[in-house]
Amino acid sequence: MKIHEADAKSLLVAQGLPVPAWEVARTPSQARAAAVRFLADPANATGKVVIKAQVLVGGRGKAGGVKLASTADEAEEVAAQILALEIKGLPVRRVLVGPAAEIVKEYYLSVLLDRATKRLMFIGSAEGGVEIEQVAVDNPDAIVYEHVDPLLGLPDYAARKLAFRIGFGAHWKAGAAIAKGLLKTMMANDADLVEINPLAVIRETKADGTPVERLVCLDAKITLDDSALARHPGLEELRDLDAEDPADVEARRYDLTFIKLDGNIGCMVNGAGLAMTTMDLVNRAGGQPANFLDIGGGAKSDRVAAAMKLILADPNVQAILVNIFGGITRGDEVARGLIEARAQQEREVPMVVRIVGTNAREAAELLEAANFVTAASLDEAAAKAVAAAKGAAA
Amino acid sequence: MSILIGRDTRLVVQGITGREGEFHSRAMLEYGTPLVAGVTPGKGGLTALDGRVPVFDTVASAVAETGANTSCIFVPAGGAPDAVLESVAAGIRTIFCITEGIPALDMIPVVEEVRLAGARLVGPNCPGATSPGRAKVGIIPGSIHREGSVGVVSRSGTLTYEAVQAMTDAGIGQSSCVGIGGDPVIGSQHIDILKLFAQDPETNALVLIGEIGGSAEEEAAAWAAEHLAGMPKVAFIAGRTAPEGKRMGHAGAIVSGGKGTAASKVAALEAAGFLVANSPTELPALLRQAGYKG
Repeated sequence: MKIHEADAKSLLVAQGLPVPAWEVARTPSQARAAAVRFLADPANATGKVVIKAQVLVGGRGKAGGVKLASTADEAEEVAAQILALEIKGLPVRRVLVGPAAEIVKEYYLSVLLDRATKRLMFIGSAEGGVEIEQVAVDNPDAIVYEHVDPLLGLPDYAARKLAFRIGFGAHWKAGAAIAKGLLKTMMANDADLVEINPLAVIRETKADGTPVERLVCLDAKITLDDSALARHPGLEELRDLDAEDPADVEARRYDLTFIKLDGNIGCMVNGAGLAMTTMDLVNRAGGQPANFLDIGGGAKSDRVAAAMKLILADPNVQAILVNIFGGITRGDEVARGLIEARAQQEREVPMVVRIVGTNAREAAELLEAANFVTAASLDEAAAKAVAAAKGAAA
Repeated sequence: MSILIGRDTRLVVQGITGREGEFHSRAMLEYGTPLVAGVTPGKGGLTALDGRVPVFDTVASAVAETGANTSCIFVPAGGAPDAVLESVAAGIRTIFCITEGIPALDMIPVVEEVRLAGARLVGPNCPGATSPGRAKVGIIPGSIHREGSVGVVSRSGTLTYEAVQAMTDAGIGQSSCVGIGGDPVIGSQHIDILKLFAQDPETNALVLIGEIGGSAEEEAAAWAAEHLAGMPKVAFIAGRTAPEGKRMGHAGAIVSGGKGTAASKVAALEAAGFLVANSPTELPALLRQAGYKG
């Protein structure tokens, strides 16, 4: 699960990490009030505020979702503009308001799960503030990698080594402490990514007017392990339902994995690998899948009926392909769910059903009695579904 | 011979009295698997599966009393990592963890403990393994198999069944079929299973089934090119049409930043001498085309 920058920053602060102050505003007037406070702060060396759209997609800066303001009036106006934006299809409901930092130097630091080594890994670079993927292409030597010990975590010496390798200069102590803090944040929240870009040396003004530099987390991106959300009830509240298709919310309720796609052939499959394969074969037969849908193992008729509703809620769907290889899942349960769903269904959509494996014979009898179109092989099922969709479109 | 499980297997099932555990233990027993013990804390001294399998409180006592050498875990996600550690501590050296939904961070120290102990973990979130005619451990339906000499390794569950059924229908039997699981942190990768097949005299050909995400298939391909050059090898990769940035069900199945694409996997496998199928149903014909006789 992705969470917003402001929420990610709260998780960092909870672990003692240095993050410049911010406020979240839902209206232009709230943004104005926050701006008044930050503009009056004598530590604010730029005398400006930054206003950032809180949306769960990258590239918000390019889309006009990050802007500076020098006065309260300007902050209110800019916030109104940003709150009216839709970035990559997502409405901006909240903005983050904070002091505009005077940046001395930008770094990149993240910790993530490295599947190949089955360990956590830090990625760091002295080239921050830009896309790290681009740095990896243009200047791979500018990126350093450091694995986390699976049993010991990141001992102090390893954190120091990482800090020196990245090259924080005079800020190496802060860099090492931040690395340890990012790992703590990851463990405390079951995150699978904690990314700070930029991690920046900023210049602020002390009370006596002299400048002071410190290393801070200027931006934050955290994604959480869905499998662990059950033990962090507070984190579930950070879910942004605006960023999700209503179908996704419905799917989660029934323990279905559903991803909407652009085609017109609805797919219902058990198992992620087989669901992807079914999509591939629909494509190969000349069709376009409308979705990825894994009903999981051991689905009963009610889950099948819920899956069917999800598929039919997409107006683009002109044919449905059901492909079930029974193992834990019993074919007759699926057949019963399909029959039940079809009885309730509001619009007529041709359906091709293939059920093999556990209780396939019972399923075949049920489907035959109910006049379903069936198929023996997966390739045949895909071809029939594509033909049915073309017939419906014609 | 076969890999991981065979005639010498003495299996203990952790979580045997749970709903899933009992259902699949029954199927394993009926398949002929030497299932010698079950473990459910607090139910030691009882029996499971109509009195056919003794139940113990700990894996250690099951090992001491029955000589169990392989374990299969159906314990729910909250307790499954601990169940793996319990098996390791009891001296079990081949462990299958079927449980799905285990938080990834929980598995990191566990796979390290398994490695340090010199044990082997398959899974979690995997369907298990079958050595046809000898033993099956996990949830793969026994009916889809046929005895033979093709080794199968796969990241998926039902997709593996599809491929194995197609092979069996075409008269091509399997030495062992292993499902390694779709989680980001798993005990054994494709390459680890290929290394076992390479040492098995009864495995004469290989089927590798992968999916988008990560680079495990590419690493396995590179190893196979060097060490299994003479063996007929075929593969199938799921997710050729999956859009970038969308996680396709399995925690690992995602194409991001242009990495982990089906195209890069297919290219790596073809360069390593695999014939790559467009559909699982093509696998039997490709096996024969690759020179497999049998």
